Amino acid sequence: MVQTAAYQIYPIGDQGITLDYGGEMSETVNKKIFQLYKLLKNWQSDAVLDVIPAYHSISIIYDLVKIKKIAGEHSAYKYVETKLIVTEALLSNESSEFEGRKINIPVCYDLSLAPDLQELASLHQLKMEEIIEIHCSKIYRIYMIGFLPGFAYMGTVDDRIASPRKASPRINVPAGSVGIAGSQTGIYPFDSPGGWQLIGQTPLQFFDATKENPTLLEPGNQVCFHAISLEEFHHLKNKRS
Amino acid sequence: MGLRIIKPGIADSIQDMGRYGFQQLGIPPGGVMDRIASTVANTLLGNKIDEPVLEMHFPAATILFETSMMIALTGADFGAEINGKEVLTNQAILVPAKSELRFTKHKKGSKVYLSVEEGFLTSQWLGSSSTSILLHKGGQEGRNLIKNDLLEFNNREDLEIDTLTHLPWRASMAEFYTDNLIAFMPGAEYPLLEKISQSGMVTNKFKISAHSNRMGYRLEGQALLLGNKKECLSSAVSFGTIQLLPNAQMIVLMADHQTTGGYPRIGHVASSSLPTLSQVSAGESIQFELITRDEAEVIYLQQQQNLQQLQNACNFRLQEYFKNE
Repeated sequence: MVQTAAYQIYPIGDQGITLDYGGEMSETVNKKIFQLYKLLKNWQSDAVLDVIPAYHSISIIYDLVKIKKIAGEHSAYKYVETKLIVTEALLSNESSEFEGRKINIPVCYDLSLAPDLQELASLHQLKMEEIIEIHCSKIYRIYMIGFLPGFAYMGTVDDRIASPRKASPRINVPAGSVGIAGSQTGIYPFDSPGGWQLIGQTPLQFFDATKENPTLLEPGNQVCFHAISLEEFHHLKNKRS
Repeated sequence: MGLRIIKPGIADSIQDMGRYGFQQLGIPPGGVMDRIASTVANTLLGNKIDEPVLEMHFPAATILFETSMMIALTGADFGAEINGKEVLTNQAILVPAKSELRFTKHKKGSKVYLSVEEGFLTSQWLGSSSTSILLHKGGQEGRNLIKNDLLEFNNREDLEIDTLTHLPWRASMAEFYTDNLIAFMPGAEYPLLEKISQSGMVTNKFKISAHSNRMGYRLEGQALLLGNKKECLSSAVSFGTIQLLPNAQMIVLMADHQTTGGYPRIGHVASSSLPTLSQVSAGESIQFELITRDEAEVIYLQQQQNLQQLQNACNFRLQEYFKNE
């Protein structure tokens, strides 16, 4: 394990490695992760199977046999570790802001699609309109994608509406549901079990297997929400199919 | 022309070596559970090692070969019979048209692999034929096989087979499996385990729970405790990652694992031991053995080298065999 002031590097199996800044959810750290992601994605090698960014860590899944062929006398792990260290060192010299594209997402906050909105309003002693306004007032950063294909963990939710997960998760959350968990907000790409507080639903499709890029959202994207009526919701949803 | 499913098994699916390059989008890599068995299944027929194969559990499908075909069965021994005659695993088999393959008894192992010469013609998704049940994509319409499914393959036109024949050589598999002994290396949170849990992990046996599947194997045994409870923000996990669940029991993430997770990662099963683990059935027990990362690399590279040698030998024998035909 390499220990410096800034990060740790450790194996995740004999064909995987993680560089981890540790700590809490932090926009500054996640920006570095996204820069690393862009740089490592440029490492064109059939030995690299996946580069997976997360909140404050980034992982490479590699083909041990193929890395070993280029690593020579070193272990494959040492080779990839060196690559990570060298790439990370480039970051401090990067002044430019790598940022992903901005995406506007329509959300219907009608109570029929927002089973937890009323409860959150009383929890935070706000009007429902205020919760909606606060949720729509920020540009959120996609910290990572995981849990389900295309499920984006976004932050940071305003303290006034940050909310704990539900005590017992729902067995089925409908696709498109927009939720809050802690200071994160997210959208369920499929019907799935889930414990986030549901405050609305988007008519957009977040996962489409027939597309070359099957997920609408990618790591590093920036997202903002705008409220639409139930009528618009159904109109947009029908247009989709 | 191809093979037809007369009666489906409990979970038969088309798999290859996995769908990589999309985990940043949360798309699981999937693929075969036992990569040694699938590699050997392809190797015995002179296929590329990553051709899609059929992965089956017990009870496995009953299959009709509509045309003559060279096939191989590897992995578990489910008492395979073709037209009522016992057939062997780890050996190429020439099968006459209109033959029926059945699996009669759960003898050993958990997953059997069926390969056909030149591979199945299956639908690819994001560069892989692996079946993703979650996303309904890849393999046979993104699902397990059902009655009357026809799996097509590139039939070799010159291949006429009158009698069921085993080609006269056999892959020796013993060196690739370790009798339920599973090597693992420490994970990032391993040092946080209480000393008694660290030692308990290797001195006790752990049972594979009935709630185990292609996503993960849940283990039952001694409760393992973290000296210092730690909440982790999610980060990437891998095939073989051993997570400690809140109930103090372990889960080993398998081929269909989620891409990220937040539970403490107390270890990672060595790649060389994943085939052995994949072949352990629910209810059986495993024993862990702690090895270093460097050891894990060396063992895996040796295993891959042995597979390469097997591939060279098979290609040579196949050439000789069909030259003399």
